[in-house]
Amino acid sequence: MVSEAVIEEPKTYWKAPISHPDFGSVGKTGLWRTERPVIDEEKCTKCLLCWLYCPEDTILRREDDMVFVDYDYCKGCGICAAVCPVNAITMVPELKEGE
Amino acid sequence: MVMKTLTGNFAVAEAVRLARAKVIAAYPITPQTTIVERLSEMIEKGELEAKMVRVESEHSALAATLGAAAAGSRAFTATASHGLLYMHEVLWWTASSRLPVVMAVAARAIGAPWNIHVDHNDIMDQRDTGWIIGIAQENQEVLDMTIQAFRISEDPYIYLPVMIALDGFILTHTVAPVEVPDQKEIDEWLPPRRQAYIVSPETNVVMGNLTSDDDYYMMRYSIQVAQEVAKKIIEEVDLSYGKSFGRSYGGLVECYKCDDADYVMLLMGSWAGDAKEALNVLREKGINVGLARIRFIRPWPSEVLKEKLKNKKGIIVFDRSISFGNVGQLFMETASTLYGMTNMRGVIAGLGGVDVKPEDFVGEVTAFVDDIERGEVYDTIKWLLPPKYRNHKLEVTL
Repeated sequence: MVSEAVIEEPKTYWKAPISHPDFGSVGKTGLWRTERPVIDEEKCTKCLLCWLYCPEDTILRREDDMVFVDYDYCKGCGICAAVCPVNAITMVPELKEGE
Repeated sequence: MVMKTLTGNFAVAEAVRLARAKVIAAYPITPQTTIVERLSEMIEKGELEAKMVRVESEHSALAATLGAAAAGSRAFTATASHGLLYMHEVLWWTASSRLPVVMAVAARAIGAPWNIHVDHNDIMDQRDTGWIIGIAQENQEVLDMTIQAFRISEDPYIYLPVMIALDGFILTHTVAPVEVPDQKEIDEWLPPRRQAYIVSPETNVVMGNLTSDDDYYMMRYSIQVAQEVAKKIIEEVDLSYGKSFGRSYGGLVECYKCDDADYVMLLMGSWAGDAKEALNVLREKGINVGLARIRFIRPWPSEVLKEKLKNKKGIIVFDRSISFGNVGQLFMETASTLYGMTNMRGVIAGLGGVDVKPEDFVGEVTAFVDDIERGEVYDTIKWLLPPKYRNHKLEVTL
């Protein structure tokens, strides 16, 4: 349905629970990560399951369908590693024990 | 303009039609049901171009209304009693999202036990939600207030939802002559819908996400600012409506013979009519009493009440609701404004639709005035018991 309303700026002090989503609008969420997915290009069959399942859209796809990770925003949830049918993705700790 | 005989519910429906609401979502509950039944009929007959959304509960009814409002539609819903309580969570979401919405509430008692008659506890339960809450005395005012509600809600100084209450059965199901303005007149008076934001694929807006505590605090502050400004806007809208349609009601409070009065009855809703009748009897008996009828519970008219009532000898508040463990809510609100300025008494009466007659008001006011003139106001809170229980002694001490 086409909207009937006119958008008009509020005329008093205004703060409302709305946001305008944008790329990286809350900073580099990759900093939240404790483990990073590392892709073994030798093993990868370009099935693109990881690319489909990534909830953050941080598995990126090259023209030849090889995938790579955008570490600025990947939160390290590990879904890509879990769905990879050929175990081409390994979760590697960001910090070594004791660090 | 055309004169019609309308129940309070049909008066609401006429107002919503004239305001050209585009989306109506509702779930039936007595005594509200005939509001949406009538609107549904209007849509089927082609008198109102709107989408009726049938939902599975009141929680969903207000959620659907909120969604339609967010998408940019003039949206309306109606409920009562348990339905309103069931909506309670979404009431907060709607006001906090700062979306204009209008809802009619047929004020009705809450269970247990089941009772469908008038009582104000359902609306008084919603005072903290951020909604603007109005309550009418009679059917003409119901229609006028509902039309005004759209303009108040959609004012860029406010952007808050507005609830209009009408007493269950006493107004909702009682027929009275009502002047219904022409569509053309309302189209000229009511501006097209305005809102601060619209959620659509084009506008890139996300609602209801997580925020910082600091931002949360400031959002709460902004609602309070809007409520404070609304006091002025409501009065302006009332005057502007009066200019166009010949009826103004006094803004936040209708002061009836207040100015020269020594004592004032303070109350709200349909029984103000009976109280006005009592007032005239009391004046004939030489008791100089006035009446302040609260038209808006939120925003609370503290400035008006202070100005009009601070020098009175006494204020008697009639509550049709109770905050268990303390006092009636209207008394609580009034006392918070007039504390230390005058003598006050709160009377709890008419719960669950118990009939309160003009002679009951006369009796209560006379007793109050007698106490003050003797210099003894011991009973701050009194219960006006139903007639068949009146000679029962109330146990109030251990």
